Amino acid sequence: MHLVRHRLFWPLVALVALLAANTINTPSFLSLRVQDGHLFGALIDIMRNSAPLLLVALGMTLVIATRGIDLSVGAVVAISGAVALSFIGSSPNPEAVSTVLIAVGIALGLCFVLGVWNGFLVSVLGIQPIIATLVLMTAGRGIAMLITEGQITTINSPAYRVIGSGFWLGLPVAILIAGAIFALVAVLTRRTALGMLIESVGINPEASRLAGVQSRSIVWTVYALTGLFAGIAGLMISSNVMAADANNAGLFIELDAILAVVIGGTSLAGGKFSLAGTLIGAFIIQTLTLTVTILGISPSVTPLFKAIVVIAVVLMQAPIVRKKMAARRPQGPRPAVVEAKPVEVAA
Amino acid sequence: MASLSPAVEMTGISIEFPGVKALDGVNFRLFPGEVHSLMGENGAGKSTLIKALTGVYGIDSGRITVFGVPQTFNGPGQAQAAGISTVYQEVNLCENLSVAENIMLGHEPRSRGRIDWRGVRREASKYLAQLGLDIDPRSLLSSHSLAVQQLVAISRAMVVDAKVLILDEPTSSLDAGEVKQLFSVMRVLRDQGVAILFVSHFLDQIYAISDRLTVLRNGQLVGEYLVDELPRRQLVSKMIGQSLEVLDQLEDAPKRTVAARTGAAPLVQALGLGRRGAIEPFDLELYEGEVVGLAGLLGSGRTELARLLYGADHADVGELSVGGKPGRLRGPRAAMKQGIAFSSEHRKAEGIVGDLTVRENLMLGLQADRGWARRIPARQADEVVSKYIAALGIRPANPDALVRNLSGGNQQKVLLGRWLATAPKLLILDEPTRGIDVGAKAEIQRLVASLATEGMSVVFISAELDEVLRLSHRIAVMRDRKKVAEITNDESTTLGDVVELIASGGTS
Repeated sequence: MHLVRHRLFWPLVALVALLAANTINTPSFLSLRVQDGHLFGALIDIMRNSAPLLLVALGMTLVIATRGIDLSVGAVVAISGAVALSFIGSSPNPEAVSTVLIAVGIALGLCFVLGVWNGFLVSVLGIQPIIATLVLMTAGRGIAMLITEGQITTINSPAYRVIGSGFWLGLPVAILIAGAIFALVAVLTRRTALGMLIESVGINPEASRLAGVQSRSIVWTVYALTGLFAGIAGLMISSNVMAADANNAGLFIELDAILAVVIGGTSLAGGKFSLAGTLIGAFIIQTLTLTVTILGISPSVTPLFKAIVVIAVVLMQAPIVRKKMAARRPQGPRPAVVEAKPVEVAA
Repeated sequence: MASLSPAVEMTGISIEFPGVKALDGVNFRLFPGEVHSLMGENGAGKSTLIKALTGVYGIDSGRITVFGVPQTFNGPGQAQAAGISTVYQEVNLCENLSVAENIMLGHEPRSRGRIDWRGVRREASKYLAQLGLDIDPRSLLSSHSLAVQQLVAISRAMVVDAKVLILDEPTSSLDAGEVKQLFSVMRVLRDQGVAILFVSHFLDQIYAISDRLTVLRNGQLVGEYLVDELPRRQLVSKMIGQSLEVLDQLEDAPKRTVAARTGAAPLVQALGLGRRGAIEPFDLELYEGEVVGLAGLLGSGRTELARLLYGADHADVGELSVGGKPGRLRGPRAAMKQGIAFSSEHRKAEGIVGDLTVRENLMLGLQADRGWARRIPARQADEVVSKYIAALGIRPANPDALVRNLSGGNQQKVLLGRWLATAPKLLILDEPTRGIDVGAKAEIQRLVASLATEGMSVVFISAELDEVLRLSHRIAVMRDRKKVAEITNDESTTLGDVVELIASGGTS
């Protein structure tokens, strides 16, 4: 009973159901194999392909927790790839590790600045987040076009390829990067007070301000981080195909990221957030995309399946549905008010 | 002035909400051609009565007749159809439409199925002229001040040919000149035979404009009076429900000893601190170990004063020196750094963070002070949390309970704990005992007294005068957004004295 009521229960059920459906269809689905010391398999594919989405969704989770939203992440993804590839493409030796490192540095630096810009509009100028980030959402792809001069920039640089398709210790580098950032954000929000203060600002901005919380710098930081994470995602996506497509790189990734956050149980109204939920949400979306491909359905139908899963998970989380379901169980719902529990009081 | 038959007659009106009798057999009469004020403290039932009359609430028992016709209102539309129009404190108009469009909205003259815009403007000008207003009907509503918007709202009420006009706190955000303009419009309407029901917390305004008034208290009718026959002092005592003699006798409660000010400099000193539209410049000195009470009716500027002391609002004149250093506070955080804490009167909107736990709410101030990067170690947090849960008697004593599930009194204690944990030098409490049960109230009062004894400086705001009187060493009296007097609360001070000051404005 307690398990069912955990807010990650239904998202997990959805994920497991998707994996099970695939396994029934393709019995070898869950199998992993080692080839040239690298790990391969459908599960690894899912994890690797969801890495960029996860990065974008992590930032989105924090932004949404402060009652905001960031629509510009897709554009930032495009800019990031465009900057890195244009730099590498125009450098005398695109193969050198140093060139790649500088390119990565410039791209991420710029994306961080773009995040800071969003944060400035929202936290200092007080513009509604959806409008403030819409500016960069529309302008960003134009900027990326300017950088790539309207071409799809392609390069040949093994060092850069590592980011998206390389392996380290048998695992895809993309998974390791995403995993590391996930851990970093988890530590940053839960081992410091940042997470609690973000939630406080999201739940009640005025009470937080009067309690002395620096809401402005917290909101600003969150948008800056989101820009940075979207930049890393952009590097991965462009490295995967070794091309920067200003028009299509990261197209609609902002919507997938918002979906991942919502599936993960973080409310769009702000407040409490769940990083683990976002992780599961990103996996669900990626598994779904893969499932559609495996089943041989045209990829253009994918959005329909996404919509079905999303509506199912969101309905399961809706208070009204939960109440109805709980009412059918004999035990009835747990009382909403937490019962008094005597606490040992330190003298 | 009053003609023989009332425009509105409400008899034996009762309305009950779960657990609360909001109105209990109240009678109310409103005559054509008069301005009638409805008076009472917070929660006396004023707005419930208005909502019964405007059809927002259904009545449980009683009778409403409008111009002699018995009415049962099932919604605001029916009340409007009966000729009753309401203008609320917050203007319910469309800022992005023109003045003419707002006035005529829903009643636009049409020709051949289309709106006749020229006719709209012509009609609107007619109604504006009727009230003696010189406003361009084509101008955008948002280009006008709140006062003018309110007048536009009144013009709009005239379109539906209102015979009864209800003005619910229309003056609360107007300045003196704008109030004058509103009053002249009200007089025009009254002379045209409109029955006007007026609600305001400003005594001066009540006496300037009304012909009669009805006083409510705790959902019951106290009485109906001619304004000319009821001195202010008596009005105030009727509103707070204690005869002046009884008020004076209540003072048997043990007097606090006035802390000996050992020639020390004030901890916090406000010099000509003020904010336009909120509170007129005031001087105030706060000393260690002293409770300063702010007394005055609702809307008298108590909260506004407190917010300036904390920097929750920016002052636009004057200065605030803390510990002898002159300056102005840039915001709550700056105030906190100086050792000032402020607990707002709006517990839910500006105090608790509902979806966080008791523990997180208690630690919020302390943690905000340290910044996000340095989280308070769990063990230290546990100590602070259990200390305040025990010291303040927070129930349930479960640090992981969500604060929104606690009762009002316990939420208030959590807020007190949040501030006490930051060890402030000055604690500003705005209505800390409002809406909480008697036991919790007494506990909070005791706590305030003991904090002052330990050397804290406290500013205590309450609508309940006897509470202010019991706790304070000094009392600043507020009226009409002005600090009008300051008295030392010693053996000889009585509740009657304070009431007198509130009523007279310290000018007597």
